[in-house]
Amino acid sequence: MNRVVITGIGVYSCIGKNLDEVKDSLYNGRSGIVLDPVRKQFGYRSGLTGYLEKPQLKGILDRRSRIMLPEQGEYAYMSTAEALKIAGMDHDFLEHNETGIIFGNDSTAQPVIEANDIVREKKNTMFAGSGAVFQTMNSTVNMNLATIYKLKGINFTVSAACASGSHSIGLGYFLIKHGYQERIICGGAQEVNIYSMGTFDALGAFSIRENEPTKASRPFDRDRDGLIPSGGAATVVIESLESAQRRGAKILGEVIGYGFSSNGSHISNPTVEGPLRSLNMSLKDANIEASEIDYINAHATSTPQGDMSEAQAINEAFGECRPPVSSTKSMTGHECWMAGASEIVYSLLMMQNNFVAPNINFENPDEFSAKLNIADVVKEQNIDVFLSNSFGFGGTNSSLIVRKWK
Amino acid sequence: MNKEEIISKVNEFLIEEFEVSADKITPDAPLKETLELDSLDYVDLVVIIEGNFGIKVHQEDFATIRTFDDLYNYIITKSAQTTVA
Repeated sequence: MNRVVITGIGVYSCIGKNLDEVKDSLYNGRSGIVLDPVRKQFGYRSGLTGYLEKPQLKGILDRRSRIMLPEQGEYAYMSTAEALKIAGMDHDFLEHNETGIIFGNDSTAQPVIEANDIVREKKNTMFAGSGAVFQTMNSTVNMNLATIYKLKGINFTVSAACASGSHSIGLGYFLIKHGYQERIICGGAQEVNIYSMGTFDALGAFSIRENEPTKASRPFDRDRDGLIPSGGAATVVIESLESAQRRGAKILGEVIGYGFSSNGSHISNPTVEGPLRSLNMSLKDANIEASEIDYINAHATSTPQGDMSEAQAINEAFGECRPPVSSTKSMTGHECWMAGASEIVYSLLMMQNNFVAPNINFENPDEFSAKLNIADVVKEQNIDVFLSNSFGFGGTNSSLIVRKWK
Repeated sequence: MNKEEIISKVNEFLIEEFEVSADKITPDAPLKETLELDSLDYVDLVVIIEGNFGIKVHQEDFATIRTFDDLYNYIITKSAQTTVA
């Protein structure tokens, strides 16, 4: 069995376009949520969303690479470029040393809609252009990054709703642990355009606290009224300890546990038992006691039912240990397919800089969150081991545990 | 539109779309190598020619278009046919 370490991280999100900006936002509890009037005009019940600037890739990537990248692929390129730089893996290294890629992504709505609008108007598929097919497939992030970086290892996309990014790291961890790959670029990407979240808005799951955008995402708070969609991309480069040490790479942390489960229940209603099995499986895989977890990055999205169920699951698994818990979605909104990867990056930044980011807007607990040790303000503290939860529609659950490298 | 105007318009959109510098485009320069076209790029070439000149272009026609001059003449001929039709 190989030990699996993290040697590169990168992020492009609504709370910062790189690790430094994101670290500052996490420490200062800065929200990236805005009210987008265009969404209201389009027909959304809620106009709240995470806001990101579009990266400017002209001059960085050639035309062929750019026209095949959808919005979330652009974000993923940015986060991956940052992560690979930290990992010390340049184009030449990647071309000549087998490296895989497993990204989490579960939609690519805008290119599908725009390409078909063109075809409908022109009555000619060719007018969709040569880039459209590569933007419209769900594996778009994988296929584009694998091409740009000339990767030679495993190459597929994980689609597991809001647990996609987390499962991508978990699966990569398993492949390296069992010796099938030496290094894998993992991550998650999420589009933020107007077409991407309308069907989710239709369920009435989004917060309508539109008069206070930065206060709208309030996981675990008694007065929460729904989540806020958001997005971007995050990349986590993992490799075998042997590979990292051979390369002389700086080790940022060690993935020591992965747990997963399926609720086997309703398609959107959460359960307590499903996430609990995932949590316990990750602890068993890591071969540690619950008391050894110093911080839990909760999945909590700010929906009444989801947060309540997770609070019960955490309380059941951790009971008296009561490690600090926060949901960074209080600042970022719900980064959906990206969230499981970005929250590993956020938690690693906390681990590196000795703080627990606040669960902003946590003002009053409910019956279940009252039993948790929720960090409502930033806490200066050492983190040796953290756990990150991600849950998704269909009842897919994932839990990852990362230990500080000493 | 006379030949000079067509050449100017073609060069303008090729420079914009394929990000090639203007000084590389000469009548005798090879189209494929100069624009670094791969099989996918011909789709976009068809789309921009049709979009700019309103003529029907077939991908297989590019088998006989080797230089920029070939391309200008092809568009001029096709435009004339479209106008007459």
